[in-house]
Amino acid sequence: MKDIYIIAYAQNPILADAKAANEVELIMPVVHEVFRQTGLSQKDIDFTCSGSCDYLQGAAFAFVEGLSAIQTNPPIKESHVEMDAAWALYECMLKISSGDTESALIYGFGRSSPGNLDSIISLQTDPYYLSPLWVDRISYAALQANTLLQHGTISHDEMYDAIVESMEFAKSNPNALVSNAPSKEEYVAEQKLSTPLNKFDVAPVSDGASAMIICTKDFAKNLNLDHVKINQVCHNIESSNIGTRDLSTSTSLLDLSTKLNLTNLSVDIAELHSQYSHEIVFLKKLLGLDNTSVNASGGPLSGNVMMAAGLDCIGKTYEYLKSKDVTNGLAHATSGPCLQQNMLLHMERVK
Amino acid sequence: MSEEKKDHFISPISLDYNYTAGAATTRFLKKVSEGKIVGQKCPKCTAVYVPPRGSCPRCGVATEEEVELVDKGSVESFTIVHIPIPGNPIVPPYVCAMIRLEGANISFLHLIQEIDLKDIRIGMRVEAVWKDKSEWDTTLENIKWFKPSGGDDIDPSEYRFKGPE
Repeated sequence: MKDIYIIAYAQNPILADAKAANEVELIMPVVHEVFRQTGLSQKDIDFTCSGSCDYLQGAAFAFVEGLSAIQTNPPIKESHVEMDAAWALYECMLKISSGDTESALIYGFGRSSPGNLDSIISLQTDPYYLSPLWVDRISYAALQANTLLQHGTISHDEMYDAIVESMEFAKSNPNALVSNAPSKEEYVAEQKLSTPLNKFDVAPVSDGASAMIICTKDFAKNLNLDHVKINQVCHNIESSNIGTRDLSTSTSLLDLSTKLNLTNLSVDIAELHSQYSHEIVFLKKLLGLDNTSVNASGGPLSGNVMMAAGLDCIGKTYEYLKSKDVTNGLAHATSGPCLQQNMLLHMERVK
Repeated sequence: MSEEKKDHFISPISLDYNYTAGAATTRFLKKVSEGKIVGQKCPKCTAVYVPPRGSCPRCGVATEEEVELVDKGSVESFTIVHIPIPGNPIVPPYVCAMIRLEGANISFLHLIQEIDLKDIRIGMRVEAVWKDKSEWDTTLENIKWFKPSGGDDIDPSEYRFKGPE
């Protein structure tokens, strides 16, 4: 596989409601920003791939409309995934690996405020057996949280501590949507959305967009920019039938962690796509990240743009590796109920 | 009669949204509710977009400058619809056309009526037929349809963009 580098990343400030902004108006600022960071233009980019979900804002073919945000004349090579833009990045990496692409632009955008996120995400589950039940995303997450609590894998105290830590980190992230942690009393007294989860355990409904540029070693060499190498990337999916899964563990993540040889890797910083407090605690333990700085951006609990939050975990890892004196970063992206599909990236700062 | 045996049932699914057209298109629709058609001009290549989406995909930049256009144009492309669409009140056959307003660099879809179907052609000049002012809202449906306005046809090569590269 060719060496692949991240050379730019940009994120809009995360908003609870982006008001009148359409997809063009969301995407354009982040695309312009990654071009500003690199001095490149759309004409220097061989391949463009985006991640979004039209159901979120309720606009058919919004992903096509979104293309008006970038320069598409002369015509460009372009693709889209109806997934988090982390998977758009994955497609770009495959494209670069196949040999005919030197550089790629990735963007992800999402507006969860116009609709009812619980119902929308529910419709993304298996259409025969699960979506007719209208199980909402928080109830799915609560199933796993309960399982983990019953197995003694995690505790209520650890869940609360994870919220407090995330909010503390979020205070130094100017793009964060929320950064206020509840007191222990407030947390315990808060009404449950779906036991054991209350609103503090759940990532906030968010609007926003993010963009990234990746390229080959030769392409990066000519640019004289700080760049971060993507050493390895792998992803894996579990059954869509949640009844057949063991929610007390994550077989897909354990497999990925073996593939990345995580136990022998000294990970300095990690950004996890953990949309619920119990997922932070669970993933830290499962991936052995006790001595690692986890979600220093505040993570999804401080702002969670659907279809961009996974790319944001990769982007934030890139930013930390670039600015701090550390070497190894781990980024995680997920999709589906109860961490059904997972992606892990091992990233390394290039001296 | 024996009870009908069902092997399926219908379970309707609906989702509700607070849809937004976007800042640029919202300004356009507000003007349409006053009977005006306002496009946006690209600061780099001068192309005029109507309805505007807030960007010029030719140059990849935001569009800000607003340009008021006339409600006259020509037929850039068309199709004659013969098959009824469920729920659509218009009786076939009718003409759907891409209308290129004078001074605009893109076209939009609208109806053409008050025409003999055999006369419809690319380049034909048309003008808007507006609903009564009392019925105006923030929608292009304020224009009922376009009708032939007479005059010489537009040469289709005129539709090609000739602005600065």
